[in-house]
Amino acid sequence: MRAVDQVSFSVDEGEIYGLIGLSGAGKSTLVRCLNLLTRPDQGEIWFDGLNLVDQPEEVLRDKRREMGIIFQHFNLFMRKTVRDNVAYPLRLWGRSKTEIKARVDELLDYIGLSAHAKSYPAELSGGQKQRVAIARALALNPRLLLSDEATSALDPVNTELVVTMLRKVVDDLGIAVILITHQMEVAKVLCDRVAVMEEGRLVEENTVEQLFLQPREAATRRMVRGFDEDIPLERLASLTSAPVYRLGFRSESVRRPLISNLARQYELDVNILAGNINALVTGDIGYLVVSFDGDREKEETALEALKKEGVEILRLTNAQRGGLVS
Amino acid sequence: MNDFVKATWETLLMVGASSFFSVLLGLPLGVLLVLTKPEGLLPRPQLYRILDFIINVLRSLPFIVLMIVVFPLSRLLIGRATGTTATIVPLAVAAIPFVARIMEQSLLEVDTGVLDAGLACGARVGQLVKTVLIPEALPSLVNGVTITIINIIGNSAMAGAIGGGGLGDLAVRYGLYRRNAVKLYIAVAIIILIVQLVQWAGRALENSLRRDLPVASL
Repeated sequence: MRAVDQVSFSVDEGEIYGLIGLSGAGKSTLVRCLNLLTRPDQGEIWFDGLNLVDQPEEVLRDKRREMGIIFQHFNLFMRKTVRDNVAYPLRLWGRSKTEIKARVDELLDYIGLSAHAKSYPAELSGGQKQRVAIARALALNPRLLLSDEATSALDPVNTELVVTMLRKVVDDLGIAVILITHQMEVAKVLCDRVAVMEEGRLVEENTVEQLFLQPREAATRRMVRGFDEDIPLERLASLTSAPVYRLGFRSESVRRPLISNLARQYELDVNILAGNINALVTGDIGYLVVSFDGDREKEETALEALKKEGVEILRLTNAQRGGLVS
Repeated sequence: MNDFVKATWETLLMVGASSFFSVLLGLPLGVLLVLTKPEGLLPRPQLYRILDFIINVLRSLPFIVLMIVVFPLSRLLIGRATGTTATIVPLAVAAIPFVARIMEQSLLEVDTGVLDAGLACGARVGQLVKTVLIPEALPSLVNGVTITIINIIGNSAMAGAIGGGGLGDLAVRYGLYRRNAVKLYIAVAIIILIVQLVQWAGRALENSLRRDLPVASL
């Protein structure tokens, strides 16, 4: 079985790259391939000028030092204290006692768990456990942090806490992050670019903003819809026989009364079927799903005018036909 | 009375020494089984199948039969086939595959995610066994050792019947041949007491090592 197939992407230094998809899309397999915990049958994984797939185990070990990883279920050592969990990679690499103590103190302070140094993971909340895992992943000053569904097992409050922590890590350390998640709300506040995975393949890759403005693939729309559209676009399209459009508004245009201008200027009755505004890292973006009552030619001119204003327009075809036409 | 002190000492010696040797050899074997499994960290399916088969064969022999089969080995190692010291050999040989299997089960209980975390930090497999696999499984391993010791106590009583000495020997001699019920019951009571003590100490040690539930604050 192919869990991951023909996936190709690159991540720059200091970038947060999101891999988003539903369960079973192959995200976790992919992340295990990145640090060679699973050896891919084919393909290349370039890190720091080396194709990891060709490297002997000793080189891989060395490179894994430069890739921290955090997991959905934290994977902390249950019989080691918080301090010993964070110290583990440092001990493994033979750092001196004084160096280990200094680094662990620094990290525990950073994650705000100095008071829990002697606690065992079972005594911590999920959010605290993930912060310990983050500290462990950062202990050896990695250049890349892999985050495998790090917030998926957490409640909303702890998710928020961990997201804030990750944001802080990236801002403070400027390391690259590959963030695997099925939660668009997590990707949307963290990622610079996002790739959508479905059935082991990357179906769409773009900035978060563009994905929200113009979700081209059905898989992307499913991810976006998860929290901002209650009703699938395809169903909205079947509500009326008139053409239905999804209008994506960038932060510049999100606050302007473009639609009422349209109505006045082109004498169109605008029927608003759905809409929302999303706060992204890059600013607020919004969307409206509309159809028009009125002259079809005027409709075309109106859409042209909207395009000129920088609005992204997707024409929704009927539900039975399924697809979207740009 | 003197009989009982001597027999108890013999039993403790037999059980202690054979427990020690069976864990000494059985634990590495258990680790080897876990690592060489087809889905293990160092998959060697061929080796795993062979080990697995040998362990199954040894475990399927009744102890009394195994003891006789192992006589030559006892002679080779100890110089004789009967007596307390010589009986340590069959007791250990019988327990090694048992220990290997029970340790294998304990080690398999360790969450593979935790092993991934160790590997992702850059651990070699050997380091991972030492710093993660065994430490994380420790309470369960202790439980396995407890079960092993109790098992060996049972076998040692049986070994007594064929010249091994100890409390089992005493119980058979007085109880069966001389019809001395009091001495028989005393011997049995001492065996029960030893089993209870081992069980209690094992459980206490195991619980003191467990960290998977929040420790109640004092």
